[in-house]
Amino acid sequence: MQAESSRAWGLAHHFDNFEQQREASYLGMWVFLVTEIMFFGGLFTAYVVYRSANARAFALGSKELDIGLGAFNTAVLIGSSLTMALAVWAAQQGRRKQIALFLVLTILLGGVFLGVKVVEYEAKIDHHLLPGPDFHFEVTEVDEILGVQEGNVQMFFNLYFAMTGLHALHMIIGIGVLLVMVVLALRGSFSRENHNLVECMGLYWHFVDIIWIFLFPLLYLLGRNL
Amino acid sequence: MQARRVHYLNVDYGVKSWLLTKDHKRIAILYLVSISFFFAIGGMMAALIRLELATPAGDLVQPDVYNRLFTAHGVIMIFLFLIPSIPAVLGNFLIPIMIGAKDLAFPKLNLASWYVYNLGAALMMWALLRGGADTGWTFYTPYSSMYANSEVILTALGAFIVGFSSIMTGINFIVTIHRMRAPGLTWFRLPLFVWAHYATSLIQVLGTPVVAIAILLVAAERLLHIGIFDPALGGDPVLFQHLFWFYSHPAVYIMILPSMGVMSELITAFSRKRIFGYRFVAFSSLAIAVLGFLVWGHHLFVASQSVLAGVIFSVLTMLVAVPSAVKVFNWTATLYKGSISWETPMLYAIGYVGLFVIGGLTGTMLATLGFDIHVHDTYFVVSHFHYIMVGGAVMGYLGGLHFWWPKITGRLYPAFWSKISALLIFVGFNLTFFPQFVVGYLGMPRRYHAYPEEFQVLNVLSSAGATVLAVGYLLPTIYFIWSMRYGERAGSNPWGAYGLEWQIPSPPPTHNFEEKPVVTTEAYDYYTLKEKRVA
Repeated sequence: MQAESSRAWGLAHHFDNFEQQREASYLGMWVFLVTEIMFFGGLFTAYVVYRSANARAFALGSKELDIGLGAFNTAVLIGSSLTMALAVWAAQQGRRKQIALFLVLTILLGGVFLGVKVVEYEAKIDHHLLPGPDFHFEVTEVDEILGVQEGNVQMFFNLYFAMTGLHALHMIIGIGVLLVMVVLALRGSFSRENHNLVECMGLYWHFVDIIWIFLFPLLYLLGRNL
Repeated sequence: MQARRVHYLNVDYGVKSWLLTKDHKRIAILYLVSISFFFAIGGMMAALIRLELATPAGDLVQPDVYNRLFTAHGVIMIFLFLIPSIPAVLGNFLIPIMIGAKDLAFPKLNLASWYVYNLGAALMMWALLRGGADTGWTFYTPYSSMYANSEVILTALGAFIVGFSSIMTGINFIVTIHRMRAPGLTWFRLPLFVWAHYATSLIQVLGTPVVAIAILLVAAERLLHIGIFDPALGGDPVLFQHLFWFYSHPAVYIMILPSMGVMSELITAFSRKRIFGYRFVAFSSLAIAVLGFLVWGHHLFVASQSVLAGVIFSVLTMLVAVPSAVKVFNWTATLYKGSISWETPMLYAIGYVGLFVIGGLTGTMLATLGFDIHVHDTYFVVSHFHYIMVGGAVMGYLGGLHFWWPKITGRLYPAFWSKISALLIFVGFNLTFFPQFVVGYLGMPRRYHAYPEEFQVLNVLSSAGATVLAVGYLLPTIYFIWSMRYGERAGSNPWGAYGLEWQIPSPPPTHNFEEKPVVTTEAYDYYTLKEKRVA
């Protein structure tokens, strides 16, 4: 039997070396992200199907969204992907303090995104655009002739809240994990050989970012000029 | 007596050493206990259903109770038994050993999957105690989302959570098979059991999230009134069916593919031959996984699907028969001129092939549009999928369990009684389900608690068969438990089978291999094995 003491710290017992451990965790993360794509994929499918059936109602719904806040949030999220990438770079270089710094910046930017989202949600609730018994949307006569019903616009907001809500939930979980990682980084848990967690978290964060890159045009931009 | 050998079972006896274990072999045992428990519960539901159907009148249970019974039977058997059965028990135990690794790539994730499974199962059981759901295991909208007056949310959330345990197992297998193979163990030297599990894992990873979101949306619609499938808002209830079957048809292959992997092991071991056409069998698993994702529309032949879509799905569905037939023909060709011995696992294997052929051929019948519309929602369909799921998956699971039991526990079970059980299950199964083909073809619809008197003879036959089947399932439960204490010691290779798992002691040590194995031969190299023995 292998003497346990001769093994490097941080290398799990069932891996031969750090490279195998690293490759395993990256592949695991990529496969996990595939499942995430399929998970969101169900919602994107619903969006495509319903939009093709109710294009005008969806465009009317789009117009209710605040494009300024949406664009601002897009920039914030891309910025957070930059700081996340820098955290991964710092981990590869083994610069512990910089890992923590960039992770904290990522958390702050993620927080800003969620804060803006809360403002947006509040505005929608104030305008009776939250799906449910309180939902109200004035359909003009012209639109009514064009086949738009109040319910179709509500469907847009069903999908808006389901998709952005699920996305926000991913951000919240991500920020939770990032907080733990800041503590780990400050304790010196990451080294040049062993920083899989930072790399995997980087992949996750970029994925959540990319989901938003799709959500923003689909929900805020498409058909706005109607 | 020699010094006591330390293996994974006797290394520690504490409850904590089991509940916090990260050893894939112990987690497999945990799964075995859980799924056996739920198999028993699901079986009791089936017993009640068959008891009710012994007479034409609805005299045992109320119609509403009957709806809840078959829903619980379906939900429990599919989500809590069939999907995890072979992967989480046999796959968990064997894949690391078969590829010469010490454990799966993510042991903590593996343990977590068992807890997640039990959490989801607990929710479903709680729902059952509160009266259960009555939607059928398919949770079709708008009934499930708007009208059903039963525990749909709890049951659906249970299925949602159990899905994550399935995803965790799938990720673990994919990464393990890619990254942890022993030196010399190339892809085409892998046992076909591993190939089958690789294909299964692909489906678990690609399909499960889609049903997860669909179920979540149904729950959200009931709870928060976000009516994604509500026709009043321009929503489409049929969209749910699409999302549901996008997973749930491939899920059928999650259940059957691992059992096909088991078959390839059993048939080679008891024919003492290499498998005929290794690469064909390996790739047919992947072909089934890929084609499986392109056929969900055959569940929607009568659900407002366009004729063109119907025809396309019909043709694609028939294509699945090709890789399935490749497997059956190659198993048969493996038997040809083999040195066949009729041990218990082989009895299960031969029974499996026969039942799977019937299940598969009736599947091809159902793939034809015209015929499907005639027998849609009748017992013909019920019988077809039980031939695949019970005649296939459960027979495969039991055959595998009988094959690897000596490896798992280090003990042999009584040969005579186990052969009796294999026979009882084969006879009981056919007696239960063959009459259902006939009664379904004659027009008896599924999911009703009462039926016209002219169907009684066939239904009584079916119920009688279910009794035989129940005895067949009870026997292994008894002798397996008996064997753990009183069974003869098995030795490392009781069947004289080929494969890394038979080269280590039974039960295996915690780290599986004393030193890392190096693989130099093809899979199922029984000729070399024989030469070695002679030498």
